Amino acid sequence: MLCNACKQNEAKVHLTKIVGDKMQKVDLCEDCSKDKGVDDPTSYSDLLLGLSAAAAPSEPETATDLGAKCPTCGYSQADFKKAGRFGCSECYITFSDGLEGMLKTMHKGTRHTGKVPAALQQSRAEAQKLKQLQKRLEKAVTEENFEEAAQLRDEIKRLK
Amino acid sequence: MTIHEFLAPPAVACQRTGPRDQIVMSSRVRLARNLKKHPFPSWAKKPDRLRVLEAIQPAVETLPQLAPHFGAAMDDLSALDKQILVERHLISREHAAKGSGSGLVVNQEESLCVMINEEDHLRMQALRPGLQIKACWQAIDALDSALETKLAFAFTPELGYLTACPTNLGTGIRVSAMLHLPGLVLAEEITRIINAANKLNFAVRGLYGEGTEALGNVFQVSNQMTLGESEPQIIERISKALNQIIEEEENARLLLIEKKSKIVFNHIGRAYGVLANAHTITSKETMNLLSLLRLGGELGLFTKLDRSLTDEMFLLTQPAHLQQQHAEKLGAEERDILRATMLRNRLRDIPRPQAPE
Repeated sequence: MLCNACKQNEAKVHLTKIVGDKMQKVDLCEDCSKDKGVDDPTSYSDLLLGLSAAAAPSEPETATDLGAKCPTCGYSQADFKKAGRFGCSECYITFSDGLEGMLKTMHKGTRHTGKVPAALQQSRAEAQKLKQLQKRLEKAVTEENFEEAAQLRDEIKRLK
Repeated sequence: MTIHEFLAPPAVACQRTGPRDQIVMSSRVRLARNLKKHPFPSWAKKPDRLRVLEAIQPAVETLPQLAPHFGAAMDDLSALDKQILVERHLISREHAAKGSGSGLVVNQEESLCVMINEEDHLRMQALRPGLQIKACWQAIDALDSALETKLAFAFTPELGYLTACPTNLGTGIRVSAMLHLPGLVLAEEITRIINAANKLNFAVRGLYGEGTEALGNVFQVSNQMTLGESEPQIIERISKALNQIIEEEENARLLLIEKKSKIVFNHIGRAYGVLANAHTITSKETMNLLSLLRLGGELGLFTKLDRSLTDEMFLLTQPAHLQQQHAEKLGAEERDILRATMLRNRLRDIPRPQAPE
């Protein structure tokens, strides 16, 4: 087995971390393990985090750009590394690279499945209904079912 | 009106009871919310924070659920007021350190409390005595639903509610219970329980939350994961864990009485002896001994000791509550003397514990 970091030497150090029901593994050679400071157990999570992101194939290296700033609040990736908190809600978009890997180590999942603001819930439901009506309208028109088409058109007007 | 005039006095507040309150002192559910496009409090400049406070405070104060309420900017509260609020578990120690640009709204029952510009723009919490997690969730869910019609919260369908710290992302929910676990501590089982809870991804903290000691054998158990599970799922999972810990505590107490009764009675008898007779005593020692007195009451060793009395002494002997009963500024040594005097007076009519024959 080759080292995940240098991909040249035989891996001698094997780290496994279990988060929720997911397992993360890192295999390193002796030199790389020393470089990464594996003798310090507190750094394991950083290591696993960093490597799993780097190990993913053809991932562009944008996350390492520590100078990038959030256009809304001016917060930088370096600020985040220092404080562990974001500057504003828009930072979640600005710094979305590597976010998923970090969230995986913290949470049960990476997608929200809880409460949704009622207004949003409603507008989503309305948007969906509108889509359906428009589909039915198209169908009615192609089938030359003009009576139904007129009804659907009125209903869509009301919704908009 | 000051916060002291507004809040019920400790003697009244400690009369509040709830299910399983022999072990569960209180339950809490808090939600973190932020306004769209405004920098989070720790990154925001003072004018930004003031703008957010000015937007949120009136929106919160006009909610019927909170009536009658007390609202204040943190810089309008004295250091003593803030410390009182911490000792009552209404605000975090972090929030107590905040000044201009942060605020607080609390209802008279102390069942709903909103911190403005703590780590997030909004930290709203519902509190109940005893084990009442679901009731807390329903109350805070309703408060949140009422607020979202007035304020634009930062939310995306994928990541949920966006929070300053990604550890709160998604639901922004923190469910916690304050547990009195003297049995598990005396039986030296507490480390095992804490480790087991940690393995299930629950945090176990001390009396005042993050980074505090478990004074008086009081532990706070809370969820850490907020994303990837719905609020009811999180509540279900932590409720199971809490019920298990409660059962472990009950078993530990039974076993102690059965196998090590002399040791337990000795601890409780000595605790009573010190509390009823000391002439100077620190806050920390007081809390630890009152915990044993509370245990003694529950084991039936005292004939006239109500839990509300031990809980009241627990609150009244803490530094800010003690200071508040005296007009002049007290030093630590004076506080220790006054604390001992108060305890001697309060325990004068409580006969000493009697071990069963």
